[in-house]
Amino acid sequence: MALENDKLIIAGREFSSRLMVGTGKYADFQQMVRALEVSGAEIITVAVRRVNISDRNKESLLDHIDLKKYTLLPNTAGCYTADDAVRTCRLAREAGLSDFVKLEVLGDEKTLFPDNEELLKAAKILVAEGFTVLPYCSDDVTVCRKLEDIGCAAVMPLGAPIGSGLGIRNPYNIKIILENIKVPVIVDAGVGCASDAAIAMELGCHGVLMNTAIAGAQDPIAMAEAMKLAVIAGRLSYKAGRIPRKLYANASSPIEGLLA
Amino acid sequence: MQVLLNGTPAEIKEGSTIADLLEQLQIGRERVAVEVNLEIVPKSAYDSHTLATEDRIEIVHFVGGG
Repeated sequence: MALENDKLIIAGREFSSRLMVGTGKYADFQQMVRALEVSGAEIITVAVRRVNISDRNKESLLDHIDLKKYTLLPNTAGCYTADDAVRTCRLAREAGLSDFVKLEVLGDEKTLFPDNEELLKAAKILVAEGFTVLPYCSDDVTVCRKLEDIGCAAVMPLGAPIGSGLGIRNPYNIKIILENIKVPVIVDAGVGCASDAAIAMELGCHGVLMNTAIAGAQDPIAMAEAMKLAVIAGRLSYKAGRIPRKLYANASSPIEGLLA
Repeated sequence: MQVLLNGTPAEIKEGSTIADLLEQLQIGRERVAVEVNLEIVPKSAYDSHTLATEDRIEIVHFVGGG
């Protein structure tokens, strides 16, 4: 197949799948495990939270995840300051023994848009401490360039607000980022359905990260498969090179030999 | 002695180490991280790190998230 040697490389590590998925919001662990499997994802995001001390019977997420199969990408969801995000990343490294982190520093609860000032501050500290930082950021080439200059392993601009399912709202911004940034560009947040994921990939993005679009679908397992195929289709379509858009028709059948 | 465990006051045995506390709570040490007074304690120090009264202890792990 045309994508056989088409690997996603993040900080020197190779991945065959360009779809990254979250582990939140599933009905139960069984559904999550199946969705992860069907999606073909190799990188999965997780959150860092307090262990429930009063109810120790609750099952643990990692009891259900094959760590030989998946690379964990702990996030800093819920952090509103650089200090909180850095603290969460350090805890994640200790718990998971990996340097990969999805860095998010949020501006407010309603939009969950990134606070880029705090994000840059946290990224600088974490890169210096040896973390492989994948930051969730605005679809803004200036902030992406600063994140790249700091030494982030990728940039992850949003397509639309987290969990909104509004799709890629500003494809031209994503295109500008792609033309000016050398590290992988991964659309993180906003995807609602398979065509949204395909659009991100057709723009030339190196990957797509999503959670709600799969976990919140009426049939998460079917949507996981749809997303897997959409990311592959979008990537192939990008590599194949689309025809230019034209305003008027251009016949597909020859004019010569028409019956008089 | 009294400590603050994951934000809640808790009574633990005088002279407990982190390893003792985890055992008492039946929490495996492999997939958690422990912070005492905002400092991360490496797993290699769980057996030697003795907790003190009024310590603020955080035990975290991974949960589902996006």
